[in-house]
This record gives sequence, structure tokens and C-alpha cells, in this order.
Amino acid sequence: MIPAAVGYVRADSAQAAVAALGEHGDEAKLLAGGQSLIPLMRLRLARPSMLVDVGRADDLRGISIDGDAVSIGALTSHSDLEHSADLVAACPLLAHVASQVGDPAVRHRGTLGGSLAHADPASDLPAAVLALGGTLVATGSGGSREIAATDFFTGFLESALAVDEVLTGVRVPVSTGGWSYQKFNRRAQDWAIVGVAVAEGGAGVSLVNMGSTPLRASAVEAAVAGGAGAADAAAVAVDGTEPPSDNNADPAYREHLVRVLTERALVAAGA
Amino acid sequence: MEVSVTVNGEVRTADVEPRTLLAHFLRDDLGLTGTNIGCDTSSCGACTVLVNGRSAKSCTMLAVQADGAEVTTIEGLAGENGLHPMQEAFHECHALQCGYCTPGMVMAAVSLVDEYSDLDADGVREGLEGNLCRCTGYQNIVKAVMAASE
Repeated sequence: MIPAAVGYVRADSAQAAVAALGEHGDEAKLLAGGQSLIPLMRLRLARPSMLVDVGRADDLRGISIDGDAVSIGALTSHSDLEHSADLVAACPLLAHVASQVGDPAVRHRGTLGGSLAHADPASDLPAAVLALGGTLVATGSGGSREIAATDFFTGFLESALAVDEVLTGVRVPVSTGGWSYQKFNRRAQDWAIVGVAVAEGGAGVSLVNMGSTPLRASAVEAAVAGGAGAADAAAVAVDGTEPPSDNNADPAYREHLVRVLTERALVAAGA
Repeated sequence: MEVSVTVNGEVRTADVEPRTLLAHFLRDDLGLTGTNIGCDTSSCGACTVLVNGRSAKSCTMLAVQADGAEVTTIEGLAGENGLHPMQEAFHECHALQCGYCTPGMVMAAVSLVDEYSDLDADGVREGLEGNLCRCTGYQNIVKAVMAASE
């Protein structure tokens, strides 16, 4: 289908985007790569009255590494994450997870910031940033602030961003300890039915599509920290989850799957 | 809104609604109907074109986003000396039956071979996961992409 009629303005900097959002209010949507928003608009599940296109805000693009921190601009594409030799060396989990999003055409257009701000519990990149203990940086009319990834995802497709705030970047620690991303789906290029991301040998563990938000698997992390083996730690992967029911799987299937995938991920990460 | 897009090497300007998809701009405004539309959900890849040299699904991009960009469609792939090597390989390997997915498949394959070195058959299958073909079973498509990448 063709999207419903919509207004359009370009904002070529974060400040310009904040101003446009302030002017147009909560009927406006930021457009970055559009790989989540445009399909929703085509299905008319999203009907914004105004698009604020930040796709040309080049100061929001790029990857830099300073000491033990990796800073990534919100507009950096999945493809750029996947192919960045610096990121592959400093944070291989994030580069690998970026390579598992959708298909190459989606990865050329889709952005890290867009994926995080969309806050889809079935998306890959939010789980990676959660497992890494990342920090999100947002700019609004009151200035900039930092939001821990653990506080960012507040509900299904809902984040801690205010109506006039723009996600400008993401910071994750350099992380070269044992890692793994296990993504299970039955159709090519589909979202994960369940996914598990593990960073630093099990110090950070997060779950995809096991609730209304991307989830940190605190019980698994605590078990690993307490010396549990992969099988015992994976046994508590269901704790604190509320798996959805859909055409792909019912909650019981997902509960089984998350234990299996968590054990595989922990073993692969050397836990 | 007026957009100016370099399509197959030629600057094309048109007045479009912001909601106009790049696929509709190419087909309806420019008459380049080689770019097919097969689905509503970014799943099938029939509409794949190159935007600044990299594959993109033209049904999942607005024409206004392509303003100032270079777009290559299947019509722009062949050179003065005939078919592009990827087109030639699809022809030689009989990598199509009904042909509906073929323009998108060829454009995705051109981008894939350019982006990933050392592709093996598994890599080609994975790299083309965003392009659906309901006729061939993919065997000859993979053969063609492997042949063209050598």
C-alpha cells in the first residue's frame, strides 16, 4: 500500500530535529533509514502527520574508540557497523549482531539509532546494547542527557525518549571477552522468534522477543557470577520474562527455546 | 516537493508527494518499469535497486530520501558493450523462470558481490535472503552469482 499523506521536513542536525519535533509535537516522527517506519506506514499501522528526516545529519554518523569506550553515532548503518574493522576488533558482539539484522539491503539503510529508538523487543541490536551495558545519549530542548540501556526500553515500541528528544549516539565499552549471539528463526530474513546475546563470558546476557521489551537476563548473569555452569545458568533464563504468543510460537515454546539458546550462547562465550 | 535524482546516469527531476515511494517514482514518474513491486512488507526484494552503489529496497525508501542520490535500476545496468556480467551469468546459468524476481535479484547480486569478498555458495544464499524467487528453487541463481563473482 501507499502510505497515508504526510508532511515532510529535513533536519540536518540534532538541534534542527529537536526544533522540528518541538514545533510539530507528538504527531511527528523522526525518519532515519526508514526500515522499520516505512513498512509500518505502508501498512498504515503508523500514520504520522509529519516526518522529520534526519537522514542527512552527517554529524550523527560514525564510530570512534577512545580508551575503553566505543562511541557510535545514531545514524551509523548496520552495514557500517558490520564492516568496521575498528568495531570488529573492539566490540565483536555488536559488529556481529549488526550483520544478522534483516538482509543486506535493509542493513545498508537501517541505522543503529533507529533500531534502538523503535524499541522492538524482537530486534537484534537492542539486545546487543543491553548485554554490553551500553549508554544512550539523547538531545532535547533541555540539553543532552545519558540514559542507561537498562532504563531505555519502557514498553512495547516505547522508549524513555521524550517527545522532542533525539537519540544522537550510543556508547558501549570495549568488550573483547567471550561473546555469542544466538538467533532462532524459521524464515530467511525474519525477526528472531527468540534470541540471546552474551557479552564478557556471561557477565552480560540479554533476551530477544521474550517480553514486551528487550530484556536483560539478570538471573542468568547472577548464576554465572556465582559460578554456575552453562546448563545451570541457562535453566533460569525464563525468570522475569513474559514471552509473547504469535503465529511463530506460544509462550511455552519460547520458554523452551530461551533455555536452549542461552546454554548454547554461554558455551560459545566460554562461560 | 521537488526531487532531483540521478537515475542511470541521467538527472531526473519531478515534483512528488512526500509519501511517494522510490519504487513508484521510478515506475510511475520515470516509466522505468523494470523495477517490480512484489510485496507490502520489505520481504520479497523484487524492487531492489542500487542507491549510491549499494542495494536498497525501493519500496522501503521514499523518493524524497533519494533526492541528490545516484540510483541504478535494471535498465541502467547493461553497458555499451552489452549485458552486465551478472546479467550474462543469469542468462548462461538459466537463473530465472518467470522472471518477476529477476531485476531485483540481479541488482541485489551485483551489490552483494561488490560488498563481500570470498563469497561461497552459502554466503550467496545468505546474502540473497532478502530476495524471494518462487520458481527456481534458487539453485541456478546461486550458480549464476558464483559464476559472475569469479
